[in-house]
Amino acid sequence: MEQHYQNLHEVLSQVVGYIYPNEIELNWSILIVLYPYITGLVAGAFILASLERIFKVHILKPTYVLALLTALSFLLVATMPLISHLGKPFRAYEIMITPHISSAMAIFGFVYLWYLMVVLVLEIWFDYRRDLVLWANETTGFKRFLYKTLALWSTDISPKAIALDNKIGYIITVIGVPSAFLLHGYVGFIFGSIKANPWWSTVLMPVIFLFSAMVSGIALVMLIYIIITKVRKQVIDMNCLDTIAKYLFYILIIDFVLEGLDQIHRIYEAEESFEALHELVFGKLFFTLFIMQGLLGTIVPLITLGAFQFYKPKEQTRKLIYLVITVLILIGIFFMRWNVVIGGQLFSKSFYGYTDFKIELIGAEGYLMAFFWLVVPFVILSFLLWLLPPWKKIDVDHDI
Amino acid sequence: MKKDKSDLSRRNFFKTGAIIAGGITATLALSSVNGLLFASEPPKRKGKWYGIGIDINKCIGCGKCANACKLENNVPQEPFYFRSWVEQYTINNDGTIKVESPNGGINGFQQSIPDEDIFKSFFVPKMCNHCSKSPCTQVCPVGATFETPEGIVLVDEKYCIGCGYCIQACPYGCRYKHPEKGTTDKCTLCIHRLKKGLQPACFEICPTQARIYGDLNDPLSNINYFLKNHTCMVIKPHLNTGSKLFYNALSPEVR
Ligand code: SF4
Ligand code: SF4
Repeated sequence: MEQHYQNLHEVLSQVVGYIYPNEIELNWSILIVLYPYITGLVAGAFILASLERIFKVHILKPTYVLALLTALSFLLVATMPLISHLGKPFRAYEIMITPHISSAMAIFGFVYLWYLMVVLVLEIWFDYRRDLVLWANETTGFKRFLYKTLALWSTDISPKAIALDNKIGYIITVIGVPSAFLLHGYVGFIFGSIKANPWWSTVLMPVIFLFSAMVSGIALVMLIYIIITKVRKQVIDMNCLDTIAKYLFYILIIDFVLEGLDQIHRIYEAEESFEALHELVFGKLFFTLFIMQGLLGTIVPLITLGAFQFYKPKEQTRKLIYLVITVLILIGIFFMRWNVVIGGQLFSKSFYGYTDFKIELIGAEGYLMAFFWLVVPFVILSFLLWLLPPWKKIDVDHDI
Repeated sequence: MKKDKSDLSRRNFFKTGAIIAGGITATLALSSVNGLLFASEPPKRKGKWYGIGIDINKCIGCGKCANACKLENNVPQEPFYFRSWVEQYTINNDGTIKVESPNGGINGFQQSIPDEDIFKSFFVPKMCNHCSKSPCTQVCPVGATFETPEGIVLVDEKYCIGCGYCIQACPYGCRYKHPEKGTTDKCTLCIHRLKKGLQPACFEICPTQARIYGDLNDPLSNINYFLKNHTCMVIKPHLNTGSKLFYNALSPEVR
């Protein structure tokens, strides 16, 4: 506690202009930056998977299952930063038991569970059922038991049963796409609906969140695909990678246009808060907004991916560039969340001044904690890849 | 001509009918969205309905209210947590504005600008507006923030999960997360004192009686007397929070 007060005293000395006395402390810190970041990755990865399944872009097949498993790994931890940031984490279940329906946040538990249980888990299960049955027959001991349990002791792998699995899987994906839109559009609404905060309060927020989610999720799957294929010493399917890159390019354009529109709208309307936000953007947010999010996270990838549509360098170079670009995009979107969440709390709602943000290395809301929650999904993913290796799966024909 | 007239009246009949039907539908529809318009309950027509008035002309910036509030309600003494505070506005001759509230004004104020440069200077005591369409109540995911039938906005600390959403949603910066409890804390209008027939601590201590509170539903109450006799305004009216904290002589610089 002493350390906490010490920090706040330091921040107090950094305050510029006038802020309400309760505004010195930033209530939403790095963990709340992670929350939309992680849910965004989930939604984006899922939407990429559904491109293959619903829109029948079969060229994306090598990444289909990978995208689903990635979405699952990240979704499993999505709530953790949120819960661990609560002042009373052990009361978190109250959101589910006694939700207050006028609150945007209250719906989160339901949207989350719907998405996790009904959409993602079911889709993966139906996709893997035949393989689980086969793997159970091939293995022995505990692993056999595990596969049997995961298959819920089903054994029927007749063509009829497989066709049914496939059909149900398809229906779930059809439900899944609007659900993914809902999940992330809704996260944007949590911020966009706060009228007290002009940096957040815009109807475009859910849409911007959605498209940036797609951008980040697709970039993540691309990156994981490149790395895993390299680690497995396999050949990267360049057709697949180029196609994903093409989609990434288009969605990045939409994302960029939407964000640009939002800013132009703000500048043109120049409401009461305009001067305060203007100073925020060119002051405390300059580096994270213009350099990290804008230049590195958007402009550079946009130009590179755009150029690839006309001229494609050699495979080896292209792979390397894709690797760099996806990392840049992932960093850029992280800072986009940062600029929304942290940026929205740096200026005073009196519009007369700015506070500062000091983040500790250790502690419940420190860098280490944030880093931890970013690493866990990768650990889960590695485990899932070991347990349910997509490359050992029998190809399912999604053309039903 | 005659036929025309009857046509007209018939048309009028339909028109009136349509208006009435539309009106009824609209009222029905509106009453069902009341829950959305008023985050908690729409104002009661009966019973006590508290409102607050502050006469800026009378405030001398002694900061006794802010101090009394901290003592009465066990608000942490560190200068980052306030249920009630005082701001000093100084408008200079060159048009620049300086706002200050060192330690919430508890230790009083010192003017750092020379007299000859000052156009005007005044104090604005701040506290929860006990909004009737309060955004804080609207956003609380578990309903821990609620409004009493008397129009007082409270936090149930046994229920609050400490998510801080309400702190983000309050446009006036009236809430803070209690550093030890982990739950959100804010002005209760000293409801524990009101119940005993006492005044809220900040009202009782104010040496110039700049602070008034009372029942907005009672035409003879202090607050209604104050509202009738002064030109009053709320802060940030465009946000439509249904603020019930009315200021006399509020300058447009105050936000
Ligand atoms: S002033 Fe803030 S805390 Fe008080 S009722 Fe209004 S929104 Fe809620
Ligand atoms: S911090 Fe507490 S009172 Fe505020 S919104 Fe969250 S649960 Fe409700």
